[in-house]
Amino acid sequence: MRRFIEKSVEKVLMASGAITSLTILLIVVFLFRQGAGLFRNSVVEENYSLAVNKTNPVEKLTPEEIKNIFDREIVNWAQVGGLNEDISVFRLNDITSYVSEEALGEEMQFLSHHLSEIVDTHPHIIAFIPNEYIRKDFKGKVLDVGKITPSDFFAGKEWFPTAQPAPLFGLLPLLLGTLWVSFAAILFALPFGLAVAIYLAELASTRTRAVLKPVIELLAGIPSVIYGFFGLVVVVPLIQKTFDLPVGETALAGSVILAVMAMPTIITIAEDAIRTVPRATKEASLALGASQMQTIFKVILPYCVSGIMAAVVLGIGRAVGETMAVLMVTGNSAIIPTTLLEPVRTIPATIAAELGEAPTGGAHYEALFMLGVILFLITLFISILIEIISAKQIKQQQ
Amino acid sequence: MKNLKQQKQAAVFWILRIMTWLVVGILFWILGFLLVKGMGVLSWEFITTAPKNEMTSGGIFPAIVGTLCLVTGSMLVAFPIGVMSGIYLNEYARNGWTVRFIRIMTNNLSSIPSIVFGLFGMALFVNTLGFGDSILAGSLTLGLLVLPIVIRTTEESLKAIPDTFRNGSRALGASQLQTIYKVVLPIAFPNIMTGLILSIGRVSGETAPILFTVAAYFLPKLPTSIFDQVMALPYHLYVLATSGTDLEAARPMAYGTALVLILIVLLMNIIAGIIRSLTSKDYVK
Amino acid sequence: MSIISTKNVDFYYGDFHALKGISMEIEPNTVTAFIGPSGCGKSTFLRLMNRMNDLIDHTRMTGEILIEGQNIYDKTVRVDELRTKVGMVFQKPNPFPKSIYENVAYGLRVNGIKDKDLITHTVEESLRNAALWNEVKDKLKKSAFELSGGQQQRLCIARALAIKPRILLMDEPASALDPLSTSKIEDLIFTLKNDYTIVIVTHNMQQAARVSDKTAFFYLGELVEFDDTQQIFLKPKIEATQNYITGRFG
Repeated sequence: MRRFIEKSVEKVLMASGAITSLTILLIVVFLFRQGAGLFRNSVVEENYSLAVNKTNPVEKLTPEEIKNIFDREIVNWAQVGGLNEDISVFRLNDITSYVSEEALGEEMQFLSHHLSEIVDTHPHIIAFIPNEYIRKDFKGKVLDVGKITPSDFFAGKEWFPTAQPAPLFGLLPLLLGTLWVSFAAILFALPFGLAVAIYLAELASTRTRAVLKPVIELLAGIPSVIYGFFGLVVVVPLIQKTFDLPVGETALAGSVILAVMAMPTIITIAEDAIRTVPRATKEASLALGASQMQTIFKVILPYCVSGIMAAVVLGIGRAVGETMAVLMVTGNSAIIPTTLLEPVRTIPATIAAELGEAPTGGAHYEALFMLGVILFLITLFISILIEIISAKQIKQQQ
Repeated sequence: MKNLKQQKQAAVFWILRIMTWLVVGILFWILGFLLVKGMGVLSWEFITTAPKNEMTSGGIFPAIVGTLCLVTGSMLVAFPIGVMSGIYLNEYARNGWTVRFIRIMTNNLSSIPSIVFGLFGMALFVNTLGFGDSILAGSLTLGLLVLPIVIRTTEESLKAIPDTFRNGSRALGASQLQTIYKVVLPIAFPNIMTGLILSIGRVSGETAPILFTVAAYFLPKLPTSIFDQVMALPYHLYVLATSGTDLEAARPMAYGTALVLILIVLLMNIIAGIIRSLTSKDYVK
Repeated sequence: MSIISTKNVDFYYGDFHALKGISMEIEPNTVTAFIGPSGCGKSTFLRLMNRMNDLIDHTRMTGEILIEGQNIYDKTVRVDELRTKVGMVFQKPNPFPKSIYENVAYGLRVNGIKDKDLITHTVEESLRNAALWNEVKDKLKKSAFELSGGQQQRLCIARALAIKPRILLMDEPASALDPLSTSKIEDLIFTLKNDYTIVIVTHNMQQAARVSDKTAFFYLGELVEFDDTQQIFLKPKIEATQNYITGRFG
């Protein structure tokens, strides 16, 4: 009996040990499954089609071309490989400028007929109409727009999930926005983080260190929404005033806040790395008449360069995944960033801001999960990078 | 020439020192700022009543209750599982690839961004399992998020106990389970508690995972079952700061909420620090 | 005239009285060996001579150590300058994670020497003096970690020689090496004596007998006996020394 209990307890404990692995597995399955659904969606909105006149040579349009046509950025068919004619755009609610309400019938029973006629009689029209009104005898040509392709997503330069008729799910502005803000943050955080790590490991007395360490740990414990709030009420107005900008919500504000948030990680890892430098190596340098500063910069830092690299990579990982603080201070416009003084939008902030409004199961919803997949892959890549760096470090120390 | 070397060193060290104090200064700036701005708002009424007038006055009671629900719920998930996995990893598992695998997975889980947990919680708990936006879904999501913290602290607390305790107990004929239960766990208990307390601090402040699994924008009545939605402090602060109808009028409420939130989180960190420093000397030679 | 002279040196690690009233005179261009059981203070005493113990917290020293007539614990003394005069070789080889060339050049660079030809010339000279040149001349740009343990230790000696110290302190320099490398180091010590004053801490009594001119026996923080090596090993005046040398304790 006792043996049986012992055995079962061990089994239960083992099962709990498996839960983290199971969670990761589930995260991967759910994210990838929902995310991959994006590529099963048609380019145009569900249950709608694009139709042109039968004489129109254009067979295919990319999502970006569709958006630009309907936004009147593209006004001539020649721009999309057609004849040199002006494009006339037709949406369902334009119907009344073509046919009178009476002609449509009381229950709209003649609507499909008229739609067919309109497309047939206007050679340069492009019509965005619900599938239910496209009958078998439709006299126009329904464009085969196809499904959203991975290249639409991965190489897409525009993120415009609510655009009609074709929403744009381009990853690039978000990915670049994320990396832009994160790298700038590390650029700010690294000198400070390194300075504090050197100070704590090499200069501070035991007592000063005993005071400073917990303070830096507290900095890591502050919730990101507090950082975001502080950024919003202090940093954002400060940036707006300093650089005389129309809005203070910029990539710069995001990087400054992220820099503070990434600092505890950088400090802790870098300090640990500095502490692994053998006493004998430091003494060898001092015994040659090097000053303490020369020893730090010429021997200690080169010695633990891989540890510092690990700190930087981990800091970037933190910054890339950070959501709330960035959401609150970066202004969230999905444009490919060129300066630090413009608003940007990161991947996590996009998910947080839009998932609430995206209908479950729709293309937008699935696109947001695809963003989650990207985020997951980035963190996985960073974990692997850290493994490689620390394996190298262990090898070096042997 | 020599003197220059000395002066340069003194200058560089001063720069390092100043940069360090600047970093420390940031913490006190944030704390001080929130304290000054939030102190005036803080009152008995503020923490015991619901928001009023489109959240520009009144209090944050429902958000406090909501956060308490989520903390309790997520700890019920994370603590037993985390402590059990910690025990398994340190006391049972042989140093084989299973342990390595579990450890790598735990590490990876802790590096996954919290918004990804939010997505996952929404897909699995809210939609697939049909819990809807609820305390249950939110607690499960948050629980999985802090699981690595509990596992790691448990494992470390157990590792710190010298094998002499275990051998002593086994030599008296106690089984492995009895040894763990009667000897090892009681000694490790205070340190395992630090893991619990740190996770409470973390859970109280997390926003991204609860956005789509439980948090309500405004819900003056208190929850009655685990399938209810709740307000939560961090999400409430986010709402007050960014999406109220009158942001300026809601600012004092936001400062108050931020202060309450940061006090809870700091308190948890400080308690954990005290427990750690009290117990660290006991049995470590 | 002695080059090192210590007067009543007492040293404490916290409450622990590690050295008790040590006075000693060391002549230039001699090899002096410190022997004694572990933990008896000989390494501590050695490390006082280039102020290496300054780096350890909660330590305290009283008494005087004069090098070339100057009290090295005087407030006006610059520690890094002192250490260029008093070089040190450690127990385990501890090269920097740099190339062989840069390891030897390091001491010159940190002391403000920028002349490339001078550095290259000094590196070669030091490696020759450390009997390592022929083994490494074709791979100066390679990492120092690629050398064997014995070669690394000779590299560390070359590194110490490059800044042309007057005194070379050696803290059990061969204890981590195989017999062949050890004998190379011992030969080296013998030739270096012409240009340097050497103080060596060793556990190995034969080594002390082979390389040193004078030997000091330390026991429990005290300098028990200090005399010509021949005298110490053949006719020690004090019984404790006799017991240690004949292996009756240790």
